[in-house]
Amino acid sequence: MMRWILVALIVVPGTVGDLLTTAGMKRHGEVNDFSLSGLARLLWQLARNLYIIIGIVAMAISFFALMDLLSIAKLSFAVPATASSYLLETALAKYLLKEEVGWKRWAGASLVAIGVMLISI
Amino acid sequence: MISHLVTKTAAITTVVVVSNAVGNYALSKGMQEVGQLVTWQPGPYLQAFADPWVIIGVLLLIAWLIFRLALLSWADLSYVITVTSTSYVISALLGKFFLAEQVSALRWAGIALITVGAVFVGETFPSTTDETGGLAEE
Repeated sequence: MMRWILVALIVVPGTVGDLLTTAGMKRHGEVNDFSLSGLARLLWQLARNLYIIIGIVAMAISFFALMDLLSIAKLSFAVPATASSYLLETALAKYLLKEEVGWKRWAGASLVAIGVMLISI
Repeated sequence: MISHLVTKTAAITTVVVVSNAVGNYALSKGMQEVGQLVTWQPGPYLQAFADPWVIIGVLLLIAWLIFRLALLSWADLSYVITVTSTSYVISALLGKFFLAEQVSALRWAGIALITVGAVFVGETFPSTTDETGGLAEE
């Protein structure tokens, strides 16, 4: 039972974190300056972007839940259980972020989800 | 302009994938040197940061996070998650060639599926939304 609670704590905050950071970065606008000073300025701006802050906190919760799960379950349980998030995030990117998800993206996400399950068995 | 975006996406995606795979590799190599860390004390964690592999790993994973955010400033989430999953392929290859890990037939099949999936998504145009990123309409 505990392991499934941890799976939920990996998948749900991880997905929320990706959705929020994506929305936050789209609002920030396209990054073009990849120099060291440009990246430092980017970090400074992102530290005040609420979407990014909450998104990264959510991703951190997901990361620590994964560490916890790996301490009580095998990798071959943990990774397949979380591979489904590729399809969940693709669906939410389509319906919440309004991305155009055609057959190639659905096929790609499905193949990757199955592939990730296979490499962890 | 459009081909510029495609080139930029390919370049930053490469940085994201390589920093993730090499960062994880360095961190796992470092943590194996440091030994088990199942503790609530901060001391052992601080000691782990004295290991050069751990330092390299952490720096690369910080770079991974920043470049992934930068990539998401123009590329779709449904593009980024699938294309960057190729870091699993690089991790498996690093394990095989540098850590002499065995790669089973099932793992090779998984690596092949991830590669084909990433190629499918890589063929789509990376950016299909405007600067509001969708959520503004809610």
